[in-house]
Amino acid sequence: MSTVIQATSAAADNAAPEREWRPPSYWPFVIPALVVVLAVIIFPWVFTIWMSMHEWKVGSPTTFVGLANYLRLPTDPRFVEAVGHTLLYTALSVVLPLIFGTLAAIVFHQKFAARGFLRGIFIMPMMATPVAIALVWTMMFHPQLGVLNYLLSLVGLPPQLWVFNPNTVIPSLVLVETWQWTPLVMLIVLGGLAAIPTEPYESAQIDGANFWQVFRFITLPLIMPFLFIAGMIRMIDAVKSFDIIFAITQGGPGSASETINVYLYSVAFVYYDLGYGSAIAVVFFLLIVALAALLLYLRKRMLWTAELGGGA
Amino acid sequence: MNLRQLLGRIGLWLSVFVIVSPAILFFLWMASLSLKFEIDNAAYPPVFIPENFAWKNYADVFASNRFVTYFVNSLIVTGSATGLAMLVGVPAGYGIARMAAHKSAVVILIARITPGLSYLIPLFLLFQWLGLLGTLVPQVIIHLVVTVPIVIWIMIGYFETTPLELEEAALIDGATRWQVFRHVALPIAKPGLAVAFILAVIFSWNNFVFGIVLAGRETRTLPVAVYNMISFDQLSWGPLAAAALIVTAPVLLLTVLAQRQIVAGLTAGAVKGG
Repeated sequence: MSTVIQATSAAADNAAPEREWRPPSYWPFVIPALVVVLAVIIFPWVFTIWMSMHEWKVGSPTTFVGLANYLRLPTDPRFVEAVGHTLLYTALSVVLPLIFGTLAAIVFHQKFAARGFLRGIFIMPMMATPVAIALVWTMMFHPQLGVLNYLLSLVGLPPQLWVFNPNTVIPSLVLVETWQWTPLVMLIVLGGLAAIPTEPYESAQIDGANFWQVFRFITLPLIMPFLFIAGMIRMIDAVKSFDIIFAITQGGPGSASETINVYLYSVAFVYYDLGYGSAIAVVFFLLIVALAALLLYLRKRMLWTAELGGGA
Repeated sequence: MNLRQLLGRIGLWLSVFVIVSPAILFFLWMASLSLKFEIDNAAYPPVFIPENFAWKNYADVFASNRFVTYFVNSLIVTGSATGLAMLVGVPAGYGIARMAAHKSAVVILIARITPGLSYLIPLFLLFQWLGLLGTLVPQVIIHLVVTVPIVIWIMIGYFETTPLELEEAALIDGATRWQVFRHVALPIAKPGLAVAFILAVIFSWNNFVFGIVLAGRETRTLPVAVYNMISFDQLSWGPLAAAALIVTAPVLLLTVLAQRQIVAGLTAGAVKGG
């Protein structure tokens, strides 16, 4: 392996003995990874698109059906419902961590003792094994024995059914997702806060601005790009969320918390309808890309109006 | 003025306390569940610190005949997937950074956006045709989907910031590209290697979705094993919580010990990932 690399790079050096050193000679570094990426990322994608145009069930012969699998999607009530669940789940799981994460970042931006250690504790929820967390949350959600209903009773609130009630299952799962992923937003916003210059704060202090005004008119606009990035990442991860939902409810009760990803699992690996599952996978990916594009567009427009507003 | 400062200090610590407590209380409760006998776990109002600790819950988990197998499976899958990812990903990150091939990052972005399940459908069929199901090979290969992009992504970032002058000097002195990489670039990028390695290990160790499809009875990794305990073997909370804590303990330990590297890696990856 290394001799090949040396040989090719030596040849490249001979061809261009001056300081003209650029393109081909770095390829040997990239080729092994390229092979891996082709095998485990590109190939599956191409194959998925091909399968999505076939009637493809495990154990029976495959037939080409064109776009039939895709046309089935809008008429499949479970899929349509899953799209709704996914959008609701995603919207909540983006907004709540953004709010709490920003607040946490402002606190962690201050100087206090053991800050590094406490930051380590704070990010534990997002690094911990999701299935292990899900298991403990399932116990905490238990209507009779769970600690959450006990905590509610302490503040005088009635007990809830949490993930066992179709009306509260998605908010309950969002609670877990928020608990788990607020730290990521915090870290990104914290990076943004560290990059803010101190001059605006000094002049604001001279002008006698209060805490809220400082936050609203200085901090918030300056961390906006970071909030946007955090929101984007959060959106991509929330749409794809699987471990927590699957391990706690498996899409239940009934199909009340069945998101696209959970439904995709059922279609592909419970019903073994791989053709239809592939079509769902393709549409799912396009949905994520579309949501990302929408966010980018909103951001562009926001910048525009901000600029126009500033000009006026 | 002094009083104001004092009040500010108290307010700060209060907010720190409020912010950190959901994480602390959760993991303390997890530990509490894992150390209680059934009577205490079923008690109302809940018992936080029991009179008798049920250490036997942990002994039970390790005694259940397959748990050690699953632990070894997890070690093999995470170890191989991370090792292979470092082997191909570190040079790739170097090559991409030096060629300034920023467009290649699109592939990594696609990998980041694609739901894990989408890879599973075609690769599941492929492994079936190759007759690999029932071994750990499919899981090692599919974990590369997680580990390789992380390693490449983080290493691009690190190699882009390392100084070029040293490498150019070595090249002029007649070193080959490979020698420059091996003896000049790699030593400087050591902190980056640590970050990439730690994150790849954690995300591979935690992965669940690949295992539930590809793992058979003998080839489960720990997250899958814990999930199966919920549904089949175990109904009592103590041993379940103990198993969950054992599975995630290595990761939690790593998080606290290497929090600086993890934070650096996540923010670099995240900020660029947008």
